[in-house]
Amino acid sequence: MNFTLKIWRQKNKNDKGRFASYEIRDVSPDASFLEMLDILNEGLAKKGEEPVAFDHDCREGICGSCGIVIDGRAHGPGRGIATCELRMRSFRDGATIVAEPWRAKPFPVIKDLVVDRTSFDRIMYAGGYISTKTGGVPDGNAIPIPKPVAEEAMDAAACIGCGACVAACPNSSAMLFVGAKVSQLALLPQGQVERKERALRMVEQMDAEGFGNCSNTFACEAECPKEISVAHIARLNREFIRAKVT
Amino acid sequence: MKLDSKIPEGLIEKKWSNHRFQMKLVNPANKRKYSVIVVGTGLAGASAAATLAELGYRVISMCYHESPRRAHSIAAQGGINAPKNYANDGDSIWRLFYDTVKGGDYRAREANVYRLAEVSNNIIDQCVAQGVPFARDYAGYLDNRSFGGAQVSRTFYARGQTGQQLLLGAYSALCRQIDAGTVKFYPRREMLDVVVLDNQARGVIVRNLVTGEVESYVADAVVLATGGYANAFYLSTNAKASNCTAIWRAYKRGAFFGNPCFTQIHPTCIPQGGEYQSKLTLMSESLRNDGRIWVPKMKGDTRRPDEIPESERDYYLERLYPSFGNLVPRDVASRRAKEICDKGFGVGTTGLAVYLDFSDAIRRNSKEWIEEKYGNLFDMYHEITSVDPYKTPMRIYPAVHYTMGGLWVDYNLMSTIPGLYVIGEANFSDHGANRLGASALMQGLADGYFILPYTIGDYLATSKFKPVNTDHSAFLEVHRNISEHVKNLMSVNGKRTAEEFHRSLGKIMWDMVGMGRNKTGLKKAIGMISDLRDEFWKDLKVAGTENDLNNELEKAGRVADFLELGELIARDALHREESCGGHFREEYQTSEGEALRNDGKFAYVAAWEYAGYNKSPKLNKEPLKFEYVKLTQRSYK
Ligand SMILES: Cc1cc2nc3c(=O)[nH]c(=O)nc-3n(C[C@H](O)[C@H](O)[C@H](O)COP(=O)(O)OP(=O)(O)OC[C@H]3O[C@@H](n4cnc5c(N)ncnc54)[C@H](O)[C@@H]3O)c2cc1C
Ligand code: SF4
Ligand code: FES
Repeated sequence: MNFTLKIWRQKNKNDKGRFASYEIRDVSPDASFLEMLDILNEGLAKKGEEPVAFDHDCREGICGSCGIVIDGRAHGPGRGIATCELRMRSFRDGATIVAEPWRAKPFPVIKDLVVDRTSFDRIMYAGGYISTKTGGVPDGNAIPIPKPVAEEAMDAAACIGCGACVAACPNSSAMLFVGAKVSQLALLPQGQVERKERALRMVEQMDAEGFGNCSNTFACEAECPKEISVAHIARLNREFIRAKVT
Repeated sequence: MKLDSKIPEGLIEKKWSNHRFQMKLVNPANKRKYSVIVVGTGLAGASAAATLAELGYRVISMCYHESPRRAHSIAAQGGINAPKNYANDGDSIWRLFYDTVKGGDYRAREANVYRLAEVSNNIIDQCVAQGVPFARDYAGYLDNRSFGGAQVSRTFYARGQTGQQLLLGAYSALCRQIDAGTVKFYPRREMLDVVVLDNQARGVIVRNLVTGEVESYVADAVVLATGGYANAFYLSTNAKASNCTAIWRAYKRGAFFGNPCFTQIHPTCIPQGGEYQSKLTLMSESLRNDGRIWVPKMKGDTRRPDEIPESERDYYLERLYPSFGNLVPRDVASRRAKEICDKGFGVGTTGLAVYLDFSDAIRRNSKEWIEEKYGNLFDMYHEITSVDPYKTPMRIYPAVHYTMGGLWVDYNLMSTIPGLYVIGEANFSDHGANRLGASALMQGLADGYFILPYTIGDYLATSKFKPVNTDHSAFLEVHRNISEHVKNLMSVNGKRTAEEFHRSLGKIMWDMVGMGRNKTGLKKAIGMISDLRDEFWKDLKVAGTENDLNNELEKAGRVADFLELGELIARDALHREESCGGHFREEYQTSEGEALRNDGKFAYVAAWEYAGYNKSPKLNKEPLKFEYVKLTQRSYK
């Protein structure tokens, strides 16, 4: 397959950035989008040009490193997949494909398609945990957890922290990411003790990082590679209000 | 140098508790005075950093990823072992110990393995307390599944994302300490060397991957939790960035390398599709619980799998190993797959694949039942191959997956450099010549939560530390070495990219140092790798500059190290004239094609000592004594 690529090139966070065009030929339809970029980069590197920088690692949709806005969609066409899981067979032969970084103020561009998502980590530092110490905990089976509850917690816990929800949101809201974590821990008996404080602190940090508000467009759920449900945003709102009033 | 494994005296059940009692403690008020650098934030590194900080030490944590949560551990699918015996099927610490020593084909240290089995139950409790949403049964209790090499059900899991959930648990413990200010975390830092001063590891030199700056960090002890080196084979199931640099540089500073040739080839991976392919995807071994492996009985049979009647299928693992069937250990399953494909029975366009078929399980239970257990794996397979595994059997083939070898450590997890500890996949301990499924997660967390935090205290309490800072000549010198190394990589200015060299290395490794090894091939490989290394330093091309984010430069540094390590792997494989676990020397096999160990000559850990660039390394041996598990030929029949 052959493609024309329009890729965002930006030297560093201070550079203004621009699109550059590249032609690429004879790509196997089974190649992944990132493998296609590998081929492009190898060609560029051999010519002594700087390859396109992009984040990636596991290449199987679990580490949350990759993230490219492709043809205007976070992680590109297709539902429930990360950029690394996208295959070239999803595109029309001869198509022009536009690739840009996540665009959101709390995710400054480091270079080309690589952004800095450490704001997500800082939200996690602000209470995205249960305060247990190593050792001295009860037996794993001491507190039974109903299967449906465990399953729902697991649905929320599946978040890979990729930031697509923020990139897809017109307000750069991080509510889906934060909602997933708050929800997971609020559902489990172990998470009860710090429940209120957690919701308050994480939301406060989210605001401090400059993430926007949720205006219920649900673009986040549509682009989330793990199909995290917006029901978790609703739970986050409830948790937050509950914590505020009591 | 005489290797001292520091295995405590006494009965195996008592060794760890006695040892804990005998170790010197650091007074709680004094812990603050000690600092520890933990490199890596996978299961081993994150759990160690969090626990050390909880105890009161000042911890510096770093990794080359953007966030601790992106470490390769996140990708582990299947599960984590612990002999809780919740299934009431006769499991015990002793049985897990026995299974692991046997599964490792009697090339692991008994004392370490026993301790691992002993602390593993605590891991499950710990993770549950952190909020890890393990799978549960309808009564709300923790559920288990079976894994290869065991006849009991002792594997805890969280769908097909166990590693993710465990890592997020450890990451949350780390977050809590970062929040408390007891851990200082540095993302996008690649450690490129250790600084050894007065025979003590006192710090590391790292490259800031965003600015390109070379930075120095000082502490009283250094812990490497930097993962495995399976990417020496280029194509593997590991994440793209996984590499050997941290442990390799430590090796070059005096840490011995244990059993480098013990690599694991995983039987159930999606076969390679084309040249462009950048990595191989694992299909969790848990699939072998319900999937049946087969090939057509007729060579070169091109019929679709559903056109081949039951009577014309060879369920070769069930045929060869009636009692373990599809659940034989990985090394056995992989070797048999290769053998049957080499004979011409393989399927798919390349003939390098076998079927993993779920139709019986779907018929027996239901599609929904399979979906609940393995849904995400099935989706992943579908996504990659565009074949629906609910309808058509999966095609699988073995791929390099894990490295049992790693830096040699004593019972305290300390390397031959005092104050340099190595945990998780980066060390050589516990798994011998073959690791059982669901045991790596267990080992990483055992090391990080429950073992290292004790043993490092003893070292800190009993050593003297000279006050130093990064201006010390020892730091300045290593800093200079590293800056030069980076400049050298940038200035070769040849024609081939690091990726091309990596691919060439991978081909040599897979063909000659892979699943079947022999003397002629290994000797040839050693020569070829050495030549390739020379070419690398003459013809490497690194685009971009050294002063900013440069993936090409990162890759070049890692490939330079793989090109040295690859040779050591081959040398180790050549010297070990026996077959054991994942190390299969074609010259040494039984008439039935099983691995033939030579306990008289090779019941030892090969600990290699660096002797200089392009010089033959020196072999040191740590004899292995088996007092509790009798040495026998493994049988899974
Ligand atoms: C696909 C797959 C599935 C698996 N499934 C299972 C399973 O079901 N059960 C099981 O028990 N095991 C499984 N394993 C094995 C297991 O996941 C790994 O052995 C284990 O997670 C390794 O953990 P670790 O903490 O030692 O290292 P890793 O998780 O690899 O972490 C390494 C860390 O070190 C950092 N690092 C490395 N080098 C440097 C450097 N030079 N400078 C700075 N930082 C550095 C990295 O950034 C990272 O943070 C699986 C492995 C794979 C590949
Ligand atoms: S909620 Fe979904 S889109 Fe947002 S970070 Fe998590 S996985 Fe990514
Ligand atoms: S590279 Fe890991 S999720 Fe895409």
